[in-house]
Amino acid sequence: MRVPLSWLREYVDLPATETGRDVQAKLISAGLEVEAVEHLGADLKGPLVVGQVLTIEELEGFKKPIRFCTVDVGQANGTGEPQEIVCGARNFAVGDKVVVVLPGATLPGGFSIAARKTYGKTSHGMICSTDELGMGDDGSKGIIVLPPETEVGKDAVELLELVDEVLDIAVTANRGDCLSIRGVARETGIAYGLPLRDPALIDVPAPNAFGYPVEVSEPVGCDRFTARTVTGLGPEARSPIWLQRRLQKVGMRPISLAVDITNYVMMELGQPLHAYDRGLVQGTIGVRRAQEGEKLVTLDGVERTLHAEDLVITDDRGPIGLAGVMGGANTEIADHDDLEKATSDVVIEAAHFDAVSIARTARRHKLSSEASRRFERGVDPLAASAAAQRTVDLLVLLAGGTADAGVTEVIAPSAPRTISAPADHPDKVAGVEYGRETVVRRLQEIGCDVYGQDELIVTVPSWRPDLTEPNDLAEEVIRLEGYENLPSTLPKPPAGRGLTPRQRLHRRIGRALAGAGYVEAPNYPFVSEQVFEQLGLDADDPARRVVKLVNPLSDEEPALRTSLLPGLLGALRRNDGRGAHDLALFETGLVFHPREERAVAVRPPVDRRPTDAEIAELDAALPEQPRHAAVVLAGAREQAGWWGKGRPADWADAVEAARTVAAEAGAELTVRKGQYGPWHPGRCAELVVVVDGTERVVGHAGELHPRVVKALGLPARTAAMEVDLDVLERVGDDTPQAPGISSFPVATQDVALVVDDSVPHADVEAALREGAGELLEAIRLFDVYVNADQLGEGKKSLAYALRFRAADRTLTVDEASAARDAAVALAGERTGAALRA
Amino acid sequence: MSAPNKSYDPVEVEALKPEEIERMRDEALAAFAAADSLDALQEAKVAHTGGTSPLSLANREIGALPPHAKAAAGKLVGQARGAVNKALAGRQTELEAERDARVLVEESVDVTLPYDRVPAGARHPLTTLSERIEDVFVAMGYEVAEGPQVEAEWFNFDALNIGPDHPARGEQDTFFVEGPDGTADSGVVLRTHTSPVQIRSLLERELPVYVICPGRVYRTDELDATHTPVFHQVELLAVDEGLTMADLKGTLDHMVQSLFGEDMKTRLRPNFFPFTEPSAEMDMVCYVCRGESVGNPDRPCRTCSSEGWIELGGCGMVNPKVLTACGVDPEKYSGFAFGFGIERLAMFRHNVEDMRDMVEGDVRFTRPFGMEI
Repeated sequence: MRVPLSWLREYVDLPATETGRDVQAKLISAGLEVEAVEHLGADLKGPLVVGQVLTIEELEGFKKPIRFCTVDVGQANGTGEPQEIVCGARNFAVGDKVVVVLPGATLPGGFSIAARKTYGKTSHGMICSTDELGMGDDGSKGIIVLPPETEVGKDAVELLELVDEVLDIAVTANRGDCLSIRGVARETGIAYGLPLRDPALIDVPAPNAFGYPVEVSEPVGCDRFTARTVTGLGPEARSPIWLQRRLQKVGMRPISLAVDITNYVMMELGQPLHAYDRGLVQGTIGVRRAQEGEKLVTLDGVERTLHAEDLVITDDRGPIGLAGVMGGANTEIADHDDLEKATSDVVIEAAHFDAVSIARTARRHKLSSEASRRFERGVDPLAASAAAQRTVDLLVLLAGGTADAGVTEVIAPSAPRTISAPADHPDKVAGVEYGRETVVRRLQEIGCDVYGQDELIVTVPSWRPDLTEPNDLAEEVIRLEGYENLPSTLPKPPAGRGLTPRQRLHRRIGRALAGAGYVEAPNYPFVSEQVFEQLGLDADDPARRVVKLVNPLSDEEPALRTSLLPGLLGALRRNDGRGAHDLALFETGLVFHPREERAVAVRPPVDRRPTDAEIAELDAALPEQPRHAAVVLAGAREQAGWWGKGRPADWADAVEAARTVAAEAGAELTVRKGQYGPWHPGRCAELVVVVDGTERVVGHAGELHPRVVKALGLPARTAAMEVDLDVLERVGDDTPQAPGISSFPVATQDVALVVDDSVPHADVEAALREGAGELLEAIRLFDVYVNADQLGEGKKSLAYALRFRAADRTLTVDEASAARDAAVALAGERTGAALRA
Repeated sequence: MSAPNKSYDPVEVEALKPEEIERMRDEALAAFAAADSLDALQEAKVAHTGGTSPLSLANREIGALPPHAKAAAGKLVGQARGAVNKALAGRQTELEAERDARVLVEESVDVTLPYDRVPAGARHPLTTLSERIEDVFVAMGYEVAEGPQVEAEWFNFDALNIGPDHPARGEQDTFFVEGPDGTADSGVVLRTHTSPVQIRSLLERELPVYVICPGRVYRTDELDATHTPVFHQVELLAVDEGLTMADLKGTLDHMVQSLFGEDMKTRLRPNFFPFTEPSAEMDMVCYVCRGESVGNPDRPCRTCSSEGWIELGGCGMVNPKVLTACGVDPEKYSGFAFGFGIERLAMFRHNVEDMRDMVEGDVRFTRPFGMEI
């Protein structure tokens, strides 16, 4: 809502010294979000005067038509002589009153005016357009032609009200009353402790039986309908300068007098109005719900198919307006340009419509208008008849019309709304002792009637439909007493239990991966469905079942991720493209899987706690949202440098990242050879944990499939790991147990075992461990050797260092050797391993 | 010790003349002094203290002397050998020290060499900043609550007093989730704020409830320098008997002091949110200029645009209707809540100039933030 300070001052006697910034500060503190103060004409300097065109000489021989004019500016130029001015516009004639800027003046934008030679003549000033004066759009696209009665030589800065300040207020959804100068003036008056001159307090004739016939068959949707008639509007009457200027300042475009007046009154009082051409309305005006499928062409020229819930204004033919949203084209008042067809008689509608009904209609037809915005947020129902009267008065005054004596008012009976609340309720909400007297005074200031002692009965004013609960009243008191005066105290929560194991795990994993050199890169969860193709997923892969958005930001990416890899690989590619080639990235975040049984979420009522069954139903409508962790790597894992060679990132780094994550979770992770879509079939590890006695694959790690690398444009040999953190957390043990530490000497034995190529190290190590028994303290694979000449075709040698130690004695060589032999024997039995010769 | 010599050789006795012993001693001392390396010293040692060295031979002769001469000669030779051994040890120490010094010099390195063999990783500042805020409240006794990101409209809107026809509902730029068979009206959305976690907390937890709810939220804004469709919020909810707006103010003050320093404070301005009543916008003193740029054109402040205050987010007393929807008796309990965007906080706390830097995952952006901020 744009509020010119000059207009505001009409209703509140602000001290003359108050600037827009001052008012802004006061209103912000009172709760109106004044986002900006615009200084109109801040850098404007006269002389800017009214002139009358005396002569026009058309100059020939230029690319565009140019006029050399003489203009009478009275004594404004000091001489009284006609002012010679060159002008490029053509929308004026000899005798017209225009706005002339004289040499020495400065126009908005710092444009200084001086006499200058142009088109072979000397131009002593300029004839001005609205643009040049920073007035906003008046629809004329030419220079300003003033009404003929305007006095020559008069100061145009004042005449056109060019210097002003405009407050730009972001009105919150609950304060429909502040979508009017009246409402903002009321708040301003309260903030300054000054009385309001209420523009709605005007004499209104009582309703009678001979007004325009109106029949409201939907009193729930329309509890008030005032109709007034004005006849004999002058076809040539135009909006006076002051009216146009005010509309421009609040951000509206002047259109025609009757329309301008309804807009003006709406801005002034907040009551949306509509003017029907009486000659085009056939019979009784009605208010009803639309019939499903009924058609109406609205003022914007769009044919709308109506819904059975839409509230419509009708005449004998059918709908003539979408109530509270937009009028129909069939009863539109005609512009004054076409004098023959110009509207001479109008019916004015000032009605009050149900906020919810208007909101639904506006949303359904994607049609938000100045009227619907106000009705949705709440309009003062008691202002309707005053607004109608204001409109009638202005039509009579400015358009030379005659007010019809008939006054129609259809009113559904209603009682004023009251709220009862303890007098100390605001004190309890604020934590401040205001006392009953202050509470009552503040409530009276905003227009409430207050009765009662300890328990207050508060009748709220008609313009504040947002006040419905005791807390609403508390807010009014607290904001007027000043939020800035609230004390600062701390509550005493009960002792908390700190972070949950899941939360601590999440942090640990982030630290562990960052410690291992990975950089966190959280990505958007939006993915395309083609990406599953690129990742090489099978047609029936469950990861292809996605949650989709109705209104995605990009039609290319309508789905939510089922894997972290698409986003993370995108980040890898982006970094690579920006010249960082040695990359290790990680992400932890939710992925989304639709449930087998998909349901629409229920809408339990909100006047009670939902039942457990309702909560379960709500949750059942949501997809599964497990948390995953993933890493991707490319380029060098270890840099080359003065210390020696580097080492490229590979499958083993990805698998190690999985081990790191599992270790942080305290989960026992089994790594075994796997095969899954995005990964290289020979370099893919399947990550397995045991959940409730059953093995479960929780993720994969390894080098990506060359086809995936190509399809996604990734660096060669990109490696990746992804794992389900929620499952790891479930199987993890949060409480590590201390091992017994023996201080007896260690006995070390190395063994080299030859096995078939296909035998995994993990199996050999497991057999060695088991065979070695409890004397084994640690085992470590320190070499893998392949040499067909020495070992034979299809064989490899695995070299292990075994460390033996007893808890209670120094081991003899024989004991250690016996344990080693047992280990080798079991490995031989299980995996065919033979001691290397 | 050699056996007593019974047969005296008068010729040998000559050798034990004091001058001879002194000469032998002096020669040894000179040789040691002249040795310029440990190897040379070793040679001199063999020559002058070894089994065939003159002093050793002389020593051996003592046994052959007549008993009356033994004592004097023994003393003479003993003193000389003592002096020689002492000199040898001294020289040995000297030369070893020289060698050590030389070797250590030879082993010196350029300690300024880099060792970026595995460059350090880092956590994203939005993660660590959120944790930092969580920690402030965990220390006060709050618990961290989480919830789903794909959320039922009932939790995201209805229970928060944003009914189906509430004007605020249309202002939230919501991503809607397709229902079964592609229907548009599934009642499920990407949560537009972390407030649904407040509802879940009130439904799941015993009263009183003191929780902090961090997390990702979604709105249909295009990514640009100041907007992102996926962003992060932290919300706080406290529901207990007798909570007041003053408690809200104090909690906010405590938070900004914890994050920005002891002398920080907040300001509340009236505003409107459906889920709180009364509602307020919360600002904090600009932590860069501390308000000194206001009306001071010579010292403009980019962080607060010389306003002196930085807008943090929204807050207020939990609307009793919200409590009712969660089965909490508003006659007995009251609560306060606030919420704000982590991106915005990160932007001014860490001088991030472009929102895109925080969403693109560029390692150059994230690395400097390390493990914690």
